Amino acid sequence: MAVISLAALALTACGSDDVTGGAPADAASGSSTLSGTLTGAGSSAQNAAMTAWQSGFAASSGADVQYSPDGSGAGRDAFLAEGVQFAGSDAALDDEEYDASKEICGPDGAIDIPVYVSPIAIAFNLPGIDTLDLDAATIASVFRGEVESWDDEAIAAQNEGVELPTTPITVVHRADDSGTTENFTEYLAAAAPEAWTDEADGAWPEALVAENAQGTNGVVSTTTGTDGAITYADASAVGDLGRVSVLVGEEYVPLSADAAGRAVEAATRVAGRSDVDMSLELERDTTESGAYPVVLVSYHVVCSSYADQETVDLVKAFETYVVSAEGQDAAAASAGSAPLPEDIRADAMTAIGSITVGSS
Amino acid sequence: MSSALLKTRRSQLTKGRLPGYAIWVVLGAAVVLAAAVSALIGFDVVVWALIAAVFFVVGATLVTAAAEGSRKAADSLMTYLVYGSFVIALLPLLSVIWTVLERGLPGLSYDFFFTSMNGVTGATDNASAENGTPVLGGAYHAIVGTLQITLWASLVSVPIGLLAAVYLVEYGRGGALDRAITFFVDVMTGIPSIVAGLFAAALFALLFGPGTRTGFVASVALSVLMIPVVVRSTEEMLKIVPNELREASYALGVRKWRTIVKVVVPTAISGIASGVTLAIARVVGETAPILVTAGFASSINLNVFGGWMSTLPTFIYYQILTPTSPTNIDASTQRAWAAALILIIMVMLLNVVARLVAKIFAPRTSR
Amino acid sequence: MTSVPGAQRRTSDPKGFPVSTSTLTSRDAAGKSGDRVFSGAALGAGILILVVLFGVAVFLIIQALPVLGADPADITGGDGFGAYIFPIVVGTVIAAAIALLLATPLGIGVALFISHYAPRRLAMTFGYLVDLLAAIPSVVYGAWGYAVLAPQLAVAYGWLAENLGWIPIFAGPASQTGKTILTAGIVLAVMVLPIITSLSREIFLQTPTLHEEAALAMGATRLEMIWMAVLPFARTGIVSAAMLGLGRALGETMAVALVLSGGALTASLIQSGNQTIAAEIALNFPEAYGLRLSELIAAGLVLFVITLVVNIIARWIVSRHRDFSGAN
Repeated sequence: MAVISLAALALTACGSDDVTGGAPADAASGSSTLSGTLTGAGSSAQNAAMTAWQSGFAASSGADVQYSPDGSGAGRDAFLAEGVQFAGSDAALDDEEYDASKEICGPDGAIDIPVYVSPIAIAFNLPGIDTLDLDAATIASVFRGEVESWDDEAIAAQNEGVELPTTPITVVHRADDSGTTENFTEYLAAAAPEAWTDEADGAWPEALVAENAQGTNGVVSTTTGTDGAITYADASAVGDLGRVSVLVGEEYVPLSADAAGRAVEAATRVAGRSDVDMSLELERDTTESGAYPVVLVSYHVVCSSYADQETVDLVKAFETYVVSAEGQDAAAASAGSAPLPEDIRADAMTAIGSITVGSS
Repeated sequence: MSSALLKTRRSQLTKGRLPGYAIWVVLGAAVVLAAAVSALIGFDVVVWALIAAVFFVVGATLVTAAAEGSRKAADSLMTYLVYGSFVIALLPLLSVIWTVLERGLPGLSYDFFFTSMNGVTGATDNASAENGTPVLGGAYHAIVGTLQITLWASLVSVPIGLLAAVYLVEYGRGGALDRAITFFVDVMTGIPSIVAGLFAAALFALLFGPGTRTGFVASVALSVLMIPVVVRSTEEMLKIVPNELREASYALGVRKWRTIVKVVVPTAISGIASGVTLAIARVVGETAPILVTAGFASSINLNVFGGWMSTLPTFIYYQILTPTSPTNIDASTQRAWAAALILIIMVMLLNVVARLVAKIFAPRTSR
Repeated sequence: MTSVPGAQRRTSDPKGFPVSTSTLTSRDAAGKSGDRVFSGAALGAGILILVVLFGVAVFLIIQALPVLGADPADITGGDGFGAYIFPIVVGTVIAAAIALLLATPLGIGVALFISHYAPRRLAMTFGYLVDLLAAIPSVVYGAWGYAVLAPQLAVAYGWLAENLGWIPIFAGPASQTGKTILTAGIVLAVMVLPIITSLSREIFLQTPTLHEEAALAMGATRLEMIWMAVLPFARTGIVSAAMLGLGRALGETMAVALVLSGGALTASLIQSGNQTIAAEIALNFPEAYGLRLSELIAAGLVLFVITLVVNIIARWIVSRHRDFSGAN
């Protein structure tokens, strides 16, 4: 114990927060009137983008944002318990949570603002094969373990000219409850309802026993290490693995930021919320040309009104930075996400502008 | 004449004992035989070593049994098993340490020790991967956080744990309260670490409002995990302090509490220090309870009672699970292993100190 | 060092000693209040532990309560809480049992090696080496088990499935990645080994030298000396050490979460499948809210109860043997 205290004392004098060698974050642009700390918690999928936003925002405004990537559910819980000022969440608030939010945010409740769009890659490890064309029904039967070998007729029929190996298929899924799994199963359930009979959920169906690993990193490294493995993961993380182009309408759409953005644009709003709320209902079975519907949209959940002006200023400034072109580019550079489509961004700006000081 | 007598005596003494070289003959035979057997089922160094070990133990025991009788054979069998178990225990240790050294050493640098992760983004990592420049960002904030949180956790739990153990061993009379404490201390060892974290978070939310996350909340959570380990190990150590020591002290007219402080505890201090070190070692690597109690910071915070903090385990956990740059995870992986190395070194130093403490305070005994 | 060993708390009762009530010391007022303060503090610490545990229990029960009243169809799996919790309870027990079966004999062996077999000078160093195992954080064990151990075991599992596949626990097809419950059990064994070793070692070292020397003088071999003098003396300590180890094995979270490729209950130890309570909580907790959160906390409560049962059994074993052991 004595050592710990000695070491703690000795160490406190000599650390530095100035890592990148630039100007100290707090001193930048002293003209800003913002100060204080904004606290958020939630989605770990957003974490890479969030570190970029935190440092970008601190450099431009001088205020701090702290974010704890506890998970979406924990973030929404903390938000509704007034433990944090905003939540990061891979799903918009459901109706029950929206009603609960009226207690802390005033009569208009909370606002869901989409801030982070990430296409989900269906990635496989077959040496020499970079892309495969598959429709939703085939993807569903592969992940259900019904198609057991890579040279199965169902796969071969859609990939003429590709030399498929006889390797058995090893399905790798997320062991933890995650937004990625929820969005992926939502796609399968909507686009291939006959083949995928389970409900969309954040946890993998228990009846389907397969290899699994914790976190995006876990499934990607397990897949990379196992010949013939297939998984689903955020596109930015799949590295050199082969990717599936999914059948949308009449054509196979390869994964790209652009195609993901198109799917988000085609989404409709959830009904029954305040005018500015932007909870999206993605059309997974869309036939729109060039849209890639296996996509994860992550939100920031903020209040429509806060009790004091300081918090309102902070939230407005931070969220404006996040959805701005600058913020989205920073996220794309750091986290490999797809920038928000123009329409969505304009609506988000309006929503952020509507945040006021309330008497809740 | 006398030398002839000596000779017969010597042979009398060593009669019925195996010559020293016999063991080596058995070992050689076991290795050769194992090579033959493992060649039959597909050669592999590990399989070979395993079979050789089994052959040797069986062979040597049988040979000893034939030459020296069953009691000696059982004794030598036990010796081989004890030595063998030590070797087996060392294997995973060496493997883990080798893995951590191999992957952690490249990341250790002055900057890693003395800078935080403030301002390090995925773009920074991408740039360093593209240009081949050193990986930026460090674990200073996490090192300080670990030291502070562990220090406070120890300050809370060691006195409570020690006193409770003293109560159980020295004052307890086997009544209902004693049995309840002993029993529930056992139960407490089974608290899943995440539950301890949630409990501390809920407790502080109740006292100081929702969303209270500081280093001290984490210290309380860790204390819940530490106390049973401290009590259990201290209790065992106090129990085996010879009663004569207490009686001698009482006979000299020394007060009970002075006896405990000056005689009983010092006699057991080596074991107690070892138990406390184990307890600290157990909690210093905890991840889950820190996440829900201390938040997650990327910049330096020296105040345990205000603001979020990071510790080395949460640093490792998040660097592995949510890499700073998803496209270039190597930078984060390197930071994670380097932080793991630092954590291990820290606990090693702690061990050394605990041993020194034990040496300084322990009374001179025959061992 | 002459000694009568053992837990003799009853005989250390002050009433048993005429000196403590004698007039020689009764005038020493400072000492008396010191005694009172000290015993009060000790009692207070004991009671504080009970209060904390009571607090944890109340917290758990309040949080878990919604599960009892819930519609079985709303529980994960759709068949009620019993059907949900049963497989992961069995999984937890399997993993902890593997860990303890491997680690207890090994730990006693290593402790004996350090206390009675190794050359005196090296023993300290060896003990230090094993203690190092405890210094390694569980996240690192998880990463090691997943990156280093599992791929190597996958080969062995393939062999087991081929040659011993007729035994249900080795039924094939073996996992391609080696991330199975057996691997998790082995990693847990490595993690509890230093706990068992370190405590048993300290107790072996405390065996009265006279007992040992008496045994040796009677012509006992080293094994017989250990069997007759050391082990009876240390029996309760060993059980205690194993229980501490079991506590860690049952509650270990991160290592299992990283190493095990969990799933439904399977008899085979070398296929992916099975799950432990702690890992189930850790993996699902971040995204859990509402009823799911209650489910996970209720699972934590069940883990609690398992530890309780295990401890009752251990206490029973200890008390059964106490009367016969030479240590008393």
